[in-house]
Parts: sequence; C-alpha cells; structure tokens
Amino acid sequence: MSIDIQAVGKRFGSFVALDDVNLSLPTGQLTALLGPSGGGKSTLLRIIAGLETADAGRIRIEGRDATDLPAQKRGVGFVFQHYAAFAHMSVAKNVAFGLEIRHRPKEEVRARVDELLRLVHLEQFGHRLPSQLSGGQRQRMALARALAVEPTVLLLDEPFGALDAQVRKELRQWLRRLHDEVHVTTVFVTHDQEEALEVADQIVVINEGRVEQVGTPDDLYDRPANDFVMRFLGPTTTLAGLVVRPHDIGVVALPVAGAIPGTVRVVQRVGFEVRLTVQTSEARDPATVTLPRSRYLELGVDVGDPVWLRLPADAVRAPATAASAVLEEATSGSH
Amino acid sequence: MVDIASPPVAPRRREPRDAATLGRPAGRRIGPLILRAVVIVYVGLLVAWPVALVFWNTFADGLAPVIETFTDPLVLASLRLTAIAAAASVVLNVVFGVTVSLVLVRYEFPGKRLLNAILDLPLSVSPVVVGLSIVLVYESTRGIFGVPLAAAGIQVLFSTPGIILATTFIAMPLVIREIVPVLTEVGTEQEQAARSLGASGPQTFWRITIPAIRWGLTYGVVLCLARSIGEFGAVKVVSGNLIGQTQTATLMVEQMYFDFDQEQAFAVAGLLASISIIAIVVVSVLRSRAERKGTS
Amino acid sequence: MTSLTDTAAPSPLTGRRAAARPHRPRSTLTRGAGLALGVSVLWLSILVLIPLGAVVAAAASGGWAGFWAVLTNPQTVAAITLTVSQAALVTALNVVIGTAIAWVLVRDSFPGKRVIEVIIDVPFALPTIVAGLVLLGLYGPRSPVGVDVANTKAAVFLAFAFVTLPFVVRAVQPVLEQLDPDVERAARSLGASGTQTWTRVLLPALAPAIAAGAAMSFARAVSEYGALVLLSGNLALRTEVTSVRILTYVENGQLAQAAAVATVLLVIAFLVLVALDLIQRRVARRG
Repeated sequence: MSIDIQAVGKRFGSFVALDDVNLSLPTGQLTALLGPSGGGKSTLLRIIAGLETADAGRIRIEGRDATDLPAQKRGVGFVFQHYAAFAHMSVAKNVAFGLEIRHRPKEEVRARVDELLRLVHLEQFGHRLPSQLSGGQRQRMALARALAVEPTVLLLDEPFGALDAQVRKELRQWLRRLHDEVHVTTVFVTHDQEEALEVADQIVVINEGRVEQVGTPDDLYDRPANDFVMRFLGPTTTLAGLVVRPHDIGVVALPVAGAIPGTVRVVQRVGFEVRLTVQTSEARDPATVTLPRSRYLELGVDVGDPVWLRLPADAVRAPATAASAVLEEATSGSH
Repeated sequence: MVDIASPPVAPRRREPRDAATLGRPAGRRIGPLILRAVVIVYVGLLVAWPVALVFWNTFADGLAPVIETFTDPLVLASLRLTAIAAAASVVLNVVFGVTVSLVLVRYEFPGKRLLNAILDLPLSVSPVVVGLSIVLVYESTRGIFGVPLAAAGIQVLFSTPGIILATTFIAMPLVIREIVPVLTEVGTEQEQAARSLGASGPQTFWRITIPAIRWGLTYGVVLCLARSIGEFGAVKVVSGNLIGQTQTATLMVEQMYFDFDQEQAFAVAGLLASISIIAIVVVSVLRSRAERKGTS
Repeated sequence: MTSLTDTAAPSPLTGRRAAARPHRPRSTLTRGAGLALGVSVLWLSILVLIPLGAVVAAAASGGWAGFWAVLTNPQTVAAITLTVSQAALVTALNVVIGTAIAWVLVRDSFPGKRVIEVIIDVPFALPTIVAGLVLLGLYGPRSPVGVDVANTKAAVFLAFAFVTLPFVVRAVQPVLEQLDPDVERAARSLGASGTQTWTRVLLPALAPAIAAGAAMSFARAVSEYGALVLLSGNLALRTEVTSVRILTYVENGQLAQAAAVATVLLVIAFLVLVALDLIQRRVARRG
C-alpha cells in the first residue's frame, strides 16, 4: 500500500471535518476522493500532504510514518485547484523550483525541465510568465512542477475545478493518459462524479467526514453501499420507498400486474431523452422517469394520461433514508 | 487595517473604460467640463503653482547661493543626520512591517482588530504629541525608560536615538498598509506549493513570499523614506534643535528661514521637495508599469 | 449532477476559503507566528503604546483640577476652538472638492491628467515645513499675486487644505473605479439630470468612502504642525493651533500641561479611528 490512513480525525472548532477515517490507497493507481463540498475530502488530501495536521490518527506514506513530517519532507507532489503558480517566475523556473531547492546540477535541472515541459505539452512556453498562460496551461505547468521532484505520491486538489467545462473534459482524459505513462500513485479530489467515474481506477466516496464506500467505478455504480452513494453518482428518483435511477423504471400505458399506477404530470424533452414526471397514488412526491425519445413515441402518452411504472428485478436500488433527503432536493432540482 | 481610508497613496488605477462617452461632454453636457476646470484650478492654485515657486525661488539668484548652501558644513551635518534617521526608520519599519503584516494576514488571534487599529494610530496622532510622548518616556530624571538608560549612560533625547525613534514612530504604518493588501491578495497557496516541493521555511520566505510582495514592499519603502526625511514636528520636540548636532534638514529649513537666510532655506527646501516629488513619481511609474505587466 | 454541490455549504476546508469557515478557531497562531506576534507587540509597546500611555499618565498626574485648569485656560480654549473649527471647514471643503477630483480622475480624460494624479500625492510626501514655505511663496508677504494671508486665520485654513488634499480623493477614487459607469448611464437613460445622477446614484454609493476620507482629513488637520510654523505666525488667541500650544508648553518645560492638551488630540485621533472602523464594518456588511 502506498498511503495508509489510520483513524484520522480533524475538527475546525466544533465542525467535524474528518471522523475516524481509515483508508489504504494502493501503489501506482489513480484514486479519486469523491464527495460533496465540505465533506472532508480536501482536508484529507491536505493532511496526507502535510499542509494540514490531523487532530488524531496516523499517516504512512510508502511504509514510512509521515504523521509528524513537515510538508517539505514527505516527498509528495501537490497540485492546487487555483494552480498556485509562482507569479514572479517563468514557467520553466516554476518547474525547476523543487530541483533548485535540492541543489541539483544546472545541466540536470535544465534537462529535466525540458523533459517535463514536453510531457505536459508546454515546451513552447518555458520563458513565459504564468499570467500569460490559459487556465488549462497553468494547471499543466503546476502538474509538471509537482512531478519534477519525482514524488512518491501525487496529490491533486480539485485540479480541474477552476476550468471551463470543455477544457476540463480534455484535461481529465489527458490526466488519465499521463498517469498511464508515469504510473505515480495519484490521488485527486473532485466533487464531479462524472470526472471520478471516467478517470479513476478506484473511487473513495467521502461525506460528512466519513468514508461512505471504496471501490472501482463499476462497484460504485452497480453496487452502491447506500442511497447516499447512489444519489451522488447520478440522477435518482424515489419509487415505492426505494431510491432508483429514472432510466431503470419501465413505463407502460396499460395496467400490468405488480406495476404502480400513476398520472403523467409533465413531459419534457431533453435532447435524445424524454423526462416524464409521474404522480403515483402511493407517494406524496412524483417520480421522475427518463426514456429514449423513440420509446416515448411508441408509448403514445401525454400530460394527464394514466401510466403504470415498474422496476425490473435487476435494477440498482437502495432504501430511501431521511438522512439524504436534503440531497434528494438538490438532485431533483438539478435534473 | 482600515482599507477604505488608506493613506493618500496612489491606488492601483486603471484607465477609465469609457471616458469617451461619459467624460467627454457631448456639446450640451457642460457639467463635466466645469468640474474639470474647477479641479485643475484648485489643484493648480493650492499645490502646483506654490511648489513650482519654491524651485523658482531656489534658483532665483543663480546657482551660487545653492552651491554655497550645500557646501556649508552645518547643512551637510543636518543632511547626514536626516539620512541616518531615515535609513534607520526604513530598516526598522520594514522588519517590523513585514513581520506584523504576515501575522495579521495569515493568522487569527484574539485582539487582532485592536492591533489593526493601533497600527493606524501614528497616522492620526499629531507629530508634536508623538514628540511629547517620547520626551515623557525617555526624560532622564523621571521617564520610565529614560531613568535606567541614563543610569547606563545612554542619552536618547536631544540625540540621534531620539530622532530615530520619533521618525520611526511617525512612518510606522506606511510599509504595513502597502503590503497587507498584497499579502491578502496573493494568499498562501504559492507558499504551500513551495513547501510541498521541498522548500524550507526560510527558503519559502525569501524565494516566494518576498518576491510576491516586492512591489508593495518597494512602494512602502519609498513612502516610508519620503515621510521619514520630511518629519518635522516630532523631531523638533525630541531633538532639542542643537545646531550642528541634532538638527535635521527640516529643522535647518525652519531655522534658516527665521534667521533670514531665505536663499539657503529655499535651497534646502528645494532639495527636500525634489526628493519627495521623485519618490511619488517613482512609485507612480513603477505602479503603472507593474499593472501593465500584470505582475504586481 | 455537478450542480448538486453548488447547493451545499461552501467548503470550510481549503485555505482559500478559510474566511467562510463556520467555526473559526479563536487562535490559529503557530509557535513561530506567536513568537513573531509577541515580538511585534513588544516593539509596538516600546515605540508607540507606552509613550502614548505616558502622555495620558502625565495629563492625569496633575489631577482632574489641574487637567481642567489647563483645558480652560483661555489661550488653550482659543487654540482648540481654532483648530477644530478650521479642520471642520477644511474637511467640508475636501468632501466637495475631493469627491469632484476623484470623479474627474476616474471618469474624465484629458491631456495632463496623469500630472494631476501625481500632484495630488505631493502634499502627502512633501515635508510639512517645506509645505509651509511653499504656501508662503504664493500667499505670503512677497506674493506675486498680491494675496497675503500670513499670520491670519486664513493661513491656518490654507495650510490645512494643503496637507489634507489627498485624503478624500484617495479614499473615493478606488471605490468609484469599482463602480460601473453603466450605472450612471442607466440613471441618465431613466431621465435623471446630471445633478440627480450625482445625488441619487453616485453619492449614496460613495458615501462610506467620502466619510472615511473626511475622517482622515479631519484627523490630519487637527494634528498639523509643520505646515503652520512659518505661515500662521502662531499668534496667541488668534492663529495659534493646538499643536503649537503643546509645543510652547514643552519648550517651557511644562510637560504636564503639554500632556493635558495632547490628551485632547489623542482623544480626537482615537474617535477618528473608531469612526473609521465603524465605517469599514458597515461597508463590509454591505459587501
């Protein structure tokens, strides 16, 4: 194991940021710490890096107890959401910083900087100041800077959070490819489940200072440990007291045994999908169902028509708990 | 720090975005034109013309009196004392200013707001009161510091240390006020990045923190220097105004004026005015250049 | 789904957002920072606090009766009255002209504007004794324009106006720069006259900055000494200001009396600081 986290706790005043967190992150993998803002994932990352100290627990990096080591002795590369570019240094100087601190020979520094700038596709920009780069370029520079000192682990705190959607998508695929090339143990924090599912080998879902689930993207999506994880990984709705995915719900226009009757309240077309809001007799709040447009046209129903909803046996489901009601609100609001 | 009431130091400015449409009167809009005229006349009559007149008076009788003034050993002694006091004030205020600014910006602690307010005090306390306060404390028969220092044979009042103390007191807030906003703006991420890359505390301070605030620090030093060179009231109270010993350049100007050595008074005043105007212009140019580069 | 997190509370976890931390610890000082703070406070005490405390202590040393006797001395009363009244008049002038200058510097554009920018700072950097000499040149007995205010109350006003020129301008200017010119245009498009745009749109937005500049300007005027020495003649009961009164006591060795008058100035300086703090808090609340 590359990083071992044992019983780590952290409070800010009376706010519990991390509560008895135990976690092992395997060597050479790309791990995502996923969760809502304020859930503790950034704090955990900063504690691993030594930028924050834990109130309780131990941190081991590559078998060495790092709990009491200052940040500069942990051999950890850290990439910040807002780049933390050294504004007064050129791009090349930024990348060279860690090597110069270590008094490496000039020739070696130059060669390594050139190599890294090529790796992050910034070889044309070495002489520029960070202020003359775009956000995505700055983040790539920050990555090169962190990699220059050959860290045992690379930590990225919401690395694409400050970038616009398009650049963000490009950069995360690029990060995946980079990781496949460099193979350094990498942990990145994100609140974007799509980013985590697409890039990571392993995902750790963190909420309210606790680890909710650890697993591969498939594990999490197909076998969510609880309704929080399920709700966090994508759109959900509630049907017959269960949290389910809107596209898993089957809709028919005729009564079927075991199906739940309801009335179509809203029909919204969203691109290739159609979203139906169906008021069932058994629940106070309506359920949301999404289906392909072709399937909807086949169905031939409209607002006010009766429909019957049923859940296939293999559909992923979790019992709805009050704890995640707030999240439900937020989720339904954004879909 | 009372940001909105920052001292009259040129703020970061940008050119008006739409001066053409708003400022330039379109025929019937006479208001802005009148305003512009009033401003130019007011500033001209109050500052520009009188200051220009000082330079005019300095050279009114040719260069000879000016040369004579600046070869006078008493004048040179006063300039030397002013230089010593100003240099000491700058060094003390930079060390103190950087330290206290870092603590203020980076940490929370009880009494922070009070400390902030006290740091602004020298800007609103009369220089004469500052001088009096130093006299009371360092007075050799009753002063709380003066008595033990006198016992140790150290004379503060009517000598260079007193002048340095008075000057340092007066100029204290200037460095802090310049670097606190810059420190706040740059944040701590660059420093954290440096630490994670292996830099030690001192390495981070010298390689990251100081370069990041270098412009703010430069303005602070220039303004502190100008203020220290120009200090008059506080120095007058603590110095005893001993000719050739504790007379700074500003005290020299006063004495020469009252002694009817007006040519000499104008010559020294002209020198002091030049220094302060150069200081302002330097800050103004540096600032606009730093802004254009976007690296301030 | 990403919008989900936008509805959640802001993260209290990163340094950048530390200000939004829901439960701010009382002290975040590390050992090194605590040491730095301690040394700073010690230096501040030696340099500023203990001396200023000594002024108040010396004022109190003569008892309440002694203190009151100094303050009710006719010459002292005249000096304080003159200082405060002229400072108030100058501050009123600065509120008007300072705001106008700030507007011209931000919104207007004409050749030589940069020169005005630099000139505004001159009174701040110019040694006060030189300022006195400067004003005496144009408005003294040898005035080329025939205006001689030397040794009159007008000289006090003039000196105050000179040294306080930058305060309101530099307080208002950055706020005005942040104010979108479209706001003024919008008022115009809705039918407001130039005057109405000022009184209903600009001034309310600028009021806190103007008040802060005015407070600084008042404090500076009340404490001024150097610019007056050559200009006002320091005539007792007529042109003698508070600072000069204190200096006279000091030169006569009457330190307790000097401290009594100085305490009045300290109280004014303190009130100004409180006023500035309140203004700033109000602005911060407004966001």
